[in-house]
Amino acid sequence: MTREEIYAKLNEVFQDVFDDEDITVNDETTADDIEDWDSLEHINLIVAVERAFGIKFTMGETTSMKNVGAMADIIQERVG
Amino acid sequence: MLELQYPYDAEYILRKKKSIKKALLARENINYTTKKIAVLGGSTTSNVVLMLELFLLDNGIKAEFYESEYNRFWEDAVFGNPELDEFGPDLVYFHTTSRNILNFPTVKDPQDKIEDMARAEFDRFRQAWEAVQGRYHCTVIQNNMEQPFYRLLGNSDVSDVHGRLNFIHRLNSMFYEYAQAHETFYIHDANYQASVYGVKRWADPADWYRYKYAMAVAAIPDFAFSLSHIIKAIYGKNKKALTLDLDNTLWGGVVGDDGPENIKIGQEDAVSELYSEFQEYVKAHKDLGILLTVNSKNDEENAIAGLSRPDSVLKPEDFLIIKANWENKDRNLVATANEINIGVDSLVFIDDNPAERAIVRDSVPSSTVPEVGLPETYIDVIDSNGFFEVTGISADDLKRNEMYKANLERAATESSFADYGEYLKSLEMVGEIRAFDAVYMARIAELTNKSNQFNLTTRRCSLAEIEQIAQDPQYITLYGRLLDRFGDNGVVSVAFGHIDGKTADIDLWLMSCRVLKRDMECAMMDEFVRLCLERGVTTVVGHYYPTAKNKMVRDFFADRGFTLVNEDGEGNRLYELDISGGYETTNRYIKVNP
Repeated sequence: MTREEIYAKLNEVFQDVFDDEDITVNDETTADDIEDWDSLEHINLIVAVERAFGIKFTMGETTSMKNVGAMADIIQERVG
Repeated sequence: MLELQYPYDAEYILRKKKSIKKALLARENINYTTKKIAVLGGSTTSNVVLMLELFLLDNGIKAEFYESEYNRFWEDAVFGNPELDEFGPDLVYFHTTSRNILNFPTVKDPQDKIEDMARAEFDRFRQAWEAVQGRYHCTVIQNNMEQPFYRLLGNSDVSDVHGRLNFIHRLNSMFYEYAQAHETFYIHDANYQASVYGVKRWADPADWYRYKYAMAVAAIPDFAFSLSHIIKAIYGKNKKALTLDLDNTLWGGVVGDDGPENIKIGQEDAVSELYSEFQEYVKAHKDLGILLTVNSKNDEENAIAGLSRPDSVLKPEDFLIIKANWENKDRNLVATANEINIGVDSLVFIDDNPAERAIVRDSVPSSTVPEVGLPETYIDVIDSNGFFEVTGISADDLKRNEMYKANLERAATESSFADYGEYLKSLEMVGEIRAFDAVYMARIAELTNKSNQFNLTTRRCSLAEIEQIAQDPQYITLYGRLLDRFGDNGVVSVAFGHIDGKTADIDLWLMSCRVLKRDMECAMMDEFVRLCLERGVTTVVGHYYPTAKNKMVRDFFADRGFTLVNEDGEGNRLYELDISGGYETTNRYIKVNP
């Protein structure tokens, strides 16, 4: 999966979870950039991303991801 | 909403919850029941509440929620807090799991100590339940304990007193005993939900340690769905009837083409056995008071012939109405609802044909038409949807089919009389109209939550509220039960009002539409006024609050001789009846309290 394909899918997930069709994310996006992205919504986001890519983040990964780029890195590593 | 019906896509619901909520709220003509629900949790509750909210909205319940701070369920319950007091819950739900058990036995503990530990754990919970019920007169729902995902003692964990599994079963038994003895207390079977989902996937330790969710986040929709069944059942939102197609639904094959001797039913082969089990499942609903009807494209004689096979579990007489004709199924469905006199939203329509299902769903948006799939999944789909969730089995439920059958017979008799008064006389009606009685409390509460049309103030009451009102000497309370020569209609009318000096103010007045135009409303008013006079009341005050469904009683008080005092811009009306000079009774056909 290319980086572009991963981001296309990630954008869909973010748009659904935050119910906002204008959201687009990139490597630098963090929780500070999206208004509704609090710790509770973060959980739903992780579950939705896991489902969309058919992967599961480890506990260590979910607590250490600093931005969406880090998330995309892990996805790329998992799905190849 | 089909997306919220089983089989649903749990991940889709989690991901799309915001847009689903918008879509639910955008539906028109929904007569919502509003309730305040306090969720007191032993783990994170946020998604549980969000999911529960969707499923309740789908069932016509608009809930306002209070959530305890993380794992403060016991403190909130036992000591209360100003925020919770201000909120004043109608229902308190304890979201606890095995993670909240304080002390599990170890292999070193002697048996009597283990029994003490179980008792202490149970008492801790009971204290919480009784504290909130004492303070808020609310209904309580408690999860039972789910099985843990590991077994230290292996297979002995369940049978040995030192095992955690054994301990959990012991504790659950104590919960069940309590539930059996307390009417406004319900157990949510979390253990079953965990088993169905898979105990190991359920207890996802990663979600526990990361988010303090006691179950995998992806399992929460299933969990909340199951919880919503109890709540909607308590508030009278259960379905009332199963309407069934015949060919390839109740038996294999097409009776019109294959002939009744060749359809698949009975014990001859695997397919026949499968349909027989489904018929048994359907038939068992009759005993729960669920009405059965047929809606099938068939010649009626073929339909009857199929059901009359000696090895058919369901017989023609098991069905209240059989619509086997060539009319569109959506029309048949609406006609069925009208004949039984229940809302079309109270029917669940089962049909093997996806095209027929889609047509009915499109033409009757308020209908419930589950995606039943293949014959081998029919039972699972109907069962998992909790359409008929049982929260207590009342005497009325057990004889509901007979009551409706008697109603249809009455309708037939009515048409044979030229004079309506003669017809009413022929019914030999006897009314039992008395103050709220312990035997009927559950039915009375149920009626306040179910009745929409003949309901002047549409005030919804929990069982706990009804019990409280019954004890309050300031209130005049009445239930009306009506019997006639065709049978017992059960409790069909409820009214109560509070007395303030020389005025009696009617807070609630409702009647089941199945006894419309039988003089029951007259008999109830006569009795209400008689009690008012006994207590020195000179003025009776009545209110009419309009809703989408109660136009039929707009002039109820005027018809009873009340005077309209005021009507505001929203159509809320205030009436008064002066009884200082006496009152003339109006019931002519019902013998009351003979």
